[in-house]
Amino acid sequence: MAIDKNEPSKLRWGELEEDDDLDFLLPPKEVIGPDENGIKKVIEYKFNEEGNKVKITTTTRVRKLAKARLSKRALERRNWEKFGDAVREDVGSRLTMVSTEEILLERPRAPGTKQEEMKVAGDSLAQLSKGGAVLMVCRTCGKKGDHWTSKCPYKDLAAPVETFVEKPAASEASVAAPGAGKGAYVPPSMRAGAERSTGSDMRRRNDENSVRVTNLSEDTREPDLHELFRPFGAVTRVYVAMDQKTGTSRGFGFVNFVNREDAQRAINKLNGYGYDNLILRVEWATPRTN
Amino acid sequence: MRPILMKGHERPLTFLKYNRDGDLLFSCAKDHTPTVWFADNGERLGTYRGHNGAVWTCDVSRDSTRLLTGSADQTVKLWNVQTGTQLYTFNFGSPARSVEFAIGDKLAVITTDPFMDLTSAIHVKRIAKDQTEQTEESLLVIKGPQGRINRAVWGPLNRTIISAGEDAVIRIWDSETGKLLRESDKESGHKKTITSLTKAADGSHFLSGSLDKSAKLWDTRTLTLIKTYGTERPVNAVAMSPLLDHVVLGGGQDASAVTTTDHRAGKFEAKFYDKILQEEIGGVKGHFGPINALAFNPDGKSFSSGGEDGYVRLHHFDPDYFNIKI
Repeated sequence: MAIDKNEPSKLRWGELEEDDDLDFLLPPKEVIGPDENGIKKVIEYKFNEEGNKVKITTTTRVRKLAKARLSKRALERRNWEKFGDAVREDVGSRLTMVSTEEILLERPRAPGTKQEEMKVAGDSLAQLSKGGAVLMVCRTCGKKGDHWTSKCPYKDLAAPVETFVEKPAASEASVAAPGAGKGAYVPPSMRAGAERSTGSDMRRRNDENSVRVTNLSEDTREPDLHELFRPFGAVTRVYVAMDQKTGTSRGFGFVNFVNREDAQRAINKLNGYGYDNLILRVEWATPRTN
Repeated sequence: MRPILMKGHERPLTFLKYNRDGDLLFSCAKDHTPTVWFADNGERLGTYRGHNGAVWTCDVSRDSTRLLTGSADQTVKLWNVQTGTQLYTFNFGSPARSVEFAIGDKLAVITTDPFMDLTSAIHVKRIAKDQTEQTEESLLVIKGPQGRINRAVWGPLNRTIISAGEDAVIRIWDSETGKLLRESDKESGHKKTITSLTKAADGSHFLSGSLDKSAKLWDTRTLTLIKTYGTERPVNAVAMSPLLDHVVLGGGQDASAVTTTDHRAGKFEAKFYDKILQEEIGGVKGHFGPINALAFNPDGKSFSSGGEDGYVRLHHFDPDYFNIKI
């Protein structure tokens, strides 16, 4: 514990000499120089007000801010006198301080994942046709059929890929930037390439194309389901039931397809598939389809 | 990296400028007092007292002996950098928005705002080595653009003056005759006020940042659009790294204009983009308000940002910044 060393001990004239005499009882000051982390410890001993010997350990971190190689003129400037408001600069004025937080240049997302995502759709179809093969999906790099997430060789890259369905607007470096910026809101039915059928009909049919997936492993998330079902057709919504307390999947989820036929094919192909060491059960989400 | 926080200004920052040697950083703010700091550890060296209004801009001569500052009090002052004394005051009829020394430091280009019945104008003044010879007269006055001219800089070899402002058009003028040589294309140019302009180290291209949430890279001689960088926030300040092909944009929506606020503190960031690929490399967070000023140290190893919050943050890059790959 560091006690403020600058606090002067109250000297009473009668005790002055005693203090001096007792100084030799104190061990000398120790300085444990900056180690490889830059930590420097200074251990001092002194008498506090009650006459007890106290040990004061001050731990400081010595950091070399930057290597400044200054030109001759710059060196001269370093010795200039302060002027203006800086003349009366007291040491206590905390005008300049080093930030306590480490600030990093935050990358927007793991580079390269976007492109890989697109390619993979084709690959997985080929894999599925093998029949009975296990789909190994790595969440970090998006490469299918190679390794699981925990064995990813690209572990150090940043956050996993976000689903297209869930958060297209939130992603900073959004590839699919909607048109010329987010100026006017364009309803989905009027956007380029939208299917023009009656609005509410579309939504209802969508909910009727809902597929329930059970026996999911506990680290399955929405993006995984999306990757898994994407080969069968356009997926509008994925949902994985989560346990709020542990943050893991409760073992089941729902996938909504745009087309009923795609949903049917997904059920046919994926029911009974091995995914992350568990056999999936894929069926219609009752009772809506009935 | 651990940024150094410098809280010398009580009001929002408006401009930051490093000297040529990269050891001094000059900051201008709305609090009337430009300040000079040491660029390595952020220690304050001194302040220049004398202005009566917000200081919008400054420029320092190549030998770091003279400082020019432009202020809302309708004056541009010439200072001795070392002592902080005023050497000369140029008086105008309206606030001065941008100043820049020419190559050789014998001339300076100054822009003034439109005010009452005065239109905005670009002035070229001679700067004498000996202050006793200094005169008020302008070598050239260009009046033309509508609206505020936010920034005017010298082109290569002082032959041209490049100006950009509220009307979102970048113009290149002949610096001797004042004739308009080129204008940026309306279609491909900016759509809203251009807030900032910065030249490349070799002067061959320059970057303009605008409130239309984009920054554009232009060729200096032909004024052709080379690259565009898009963000989600209005751009208030731009900077180019002299060492790597990086472009930094700073901005943010003014607090008064925001209706829904995200209450995470320190989330205004300076965004780094790859100059050639136009892709975002990353962001450096930390400011509590929109970033109004950005400057790169001429050695490219550090940069500083000034915000609406009155802080100047000085960042020295970590070694792995220089190895970033997209």
